[in-house]
Amino acid sequence: MSIDKSTVSKVAGLARIKVTEDDLNYYAPQLQNILQWVEQLQEVNTDGVEPLANVSEIALRLRDDVVNDGGIQQEVLQNAPETVEGFFVVTKIVE
Amino acid sequence: MSHNLISLTITEALNGLKSKKFTATELVTAHINQMQSPSCRALNAFITETAEQALAQAKNSDSRIANGTSLPLDGIPIAMKDLFCTKGVRTTAASNILNDFIPPYESTVSQKLLDAGTITVGKANLDEFAMGGSNTTSYYGPVENPWKSKTHPDKKLVPGGSSGGSAAAVAAGMAMGATGTDTGGSTRQPGSFCGIVGVKPTYGRCSRWGIIAFASSLDQAGAFARTVEDSALLLQHMSGFDPKDSTSAGQPVPDFAALLKQDVKGLRVGIPKEYRVEGMPQDIIDIWEKGAAMLKDAGAIIVDISLPHTKYAVPTYYIIAPAEASSNLARYDGVRYGLRVDGKDLQDTYENTRAAGFGAEVKRRIMIGTYCLSAGYYDAYYTKAQKVRRLISEDFTKAFEHCDVILTPTAPSSAFAIGENTDDPIKMYLGDVFTIPASMAGLPGISVPAGLDDQGLPLGLQIIGRAWDEVTMFKAAHALEQQAAFSTQPVLIKDAA
Repeated sequence: MSIDKSTVSKVAGLARIKVTEDDLNYYAPQLQNILQWVEQLQEVNTDGVEPLANVSEIALRLRDDVVNDGGIQQEVLQNAPETVEGFFVVTKIVE
Repeated sequence: MSHNLISLTITEALNGLKSKKFTATELVTAHINQMQSPSCRALNAFITETAEQALAQAKNSDSRIANGTSLPLDGIPIAMKDLFCTKGVRTTAASNILNDFIPPYESTVSQKLLDAGTITVGKANLDEFAMGGSNTTSYYGPVENPWKSKTHPDKKLVPGGSSGGSAAAVAAGMAMGATGTDTGGSTRQPGSFCGIVGVKPTYGRCSRWGIIAFASSLDQAGAFARTVEDSALLLQHMSGFDPKDSTSAGQPVPDFAALLKQDVKGLRVGIPKEYRVEGMPQDIIDIWEKGAAMLKDAGAIIVDISLPHTKYAVPTYYIIAPAEASSNLARYDGVRYGLRVDGKDLQDTYENTRAAGFGAEVKRRIMIGTYCLSAGYYDAYYTKAQKVRRLISEDFTKAFEHCDVILTPTAPSSAFAIGENTDDPIKMYLGDVFTIPASMAGLPGISVPAGLDDQGLPLGLQIIGRAWDEVTMFKAAHALEQQAAFSTQPVLIKDAA
């Protein structure tokens, strides 16, 4: 597996992180080394082994379908960078 | 007086408060004074000090103690890792992206500790989003270990990570105990580096609600203290079922502190041969062998065991943890809370915000995780890692047919200098080689200070227990602690008379 600068650029785009040319030069060899190092897992025979997503392996609990929270608009908005009349504000997305 | 107060164990302090030898206000003041002394502040153990709030709480503790309604840990000053959301108190995860974040709610674990009467003196520094093993990735600067090397006293050493501020605060007498979190070793390894006890319970024992998420299938709260008994007391009051965490278990919480003094006669202690890794320093091999001999002297039986997939645990972790992190950290978009750096459109705002808000290690892990989860690579990396994770977990199940606890070194080295290992991520990642396997299997683990290396720096030994059997783990840890009789303290606490 080879991680070149264009792969890093694509991955950074997927992760919504802006990267400069300097960043690409910095991260490409590091990501390449890390991914090369984890390649060693390929030597483990995992035929017939079920993936383990979570050690607790419990069925998720269901709760009653009732409103149990809410009425806290103030708290929900208090850390927002910008709000107007009870709404979050973002850059205009529809022309 | 104040020197005495910062050297007490939690158990001794509770007795002192009860018998009115000193007040909670005096106890908390002594720790705040230590925290605010220039030599302690230089360690950078706290991101936010909460002295004023702590003193107000201490007054309440004193009234409860006076009228006979005291809580189980009333008046005990602790440090809170700045990954636990605390209502009305800034919570940063040591990241620029949460620099101004003030949670409108309290995490379940910190609420439980409040309900038990503990008093938080400050929010402790950590690696950014708990990603690191040396507390050097914090936006607020690295934490320095209160211990100094005998041979290189001028070197500033790391406290371990990610809960480095918590560990340094407890080791230097700024708090009697502390919360940590442990995803791959973040309480056990700093415990070892700072000469104190660091414990992580079984996955599901403590609620994750209100702990800023890193890798959800691995994250667990943990505790630091200067004795095994104190760590058991803290953990006891942090544990228990919480409907707000979908992986919180409904298991009853035993009285850890009351049960840990039981005899270890006949206890089977497993020594995994695969933990004798290539290039391991002689000091580490020696302390491990000494630890086994100590437990044997206490009546335990030493058995050789095998955990064949040990060498794959760290690479497995470095797929699973970044994958989960990339997903968890997608929420930091500059819209609802946290930093925002405006761009020409929404996409550009996201990218600017995340570029400015996250540090290099966090970006590295998000990108690794994004890559491993992306179309065409998901099965080759993520599913493969989950399969190996099952094999690692099954290794432990099989080993526990032959033993009751497992004894290993906590870390492959003592504390190293700030700046070492930072250019080579893989070298840094391998510092967690002995702690990650138990994390992958969700098992409880504890690091107990067992001795000093040739530089006079503390070395810890790890006891791993069966799932939900923290009691046996604590018993073995307590026996080891009694035998090792580790009593050395860093100069900072000795000088604070």
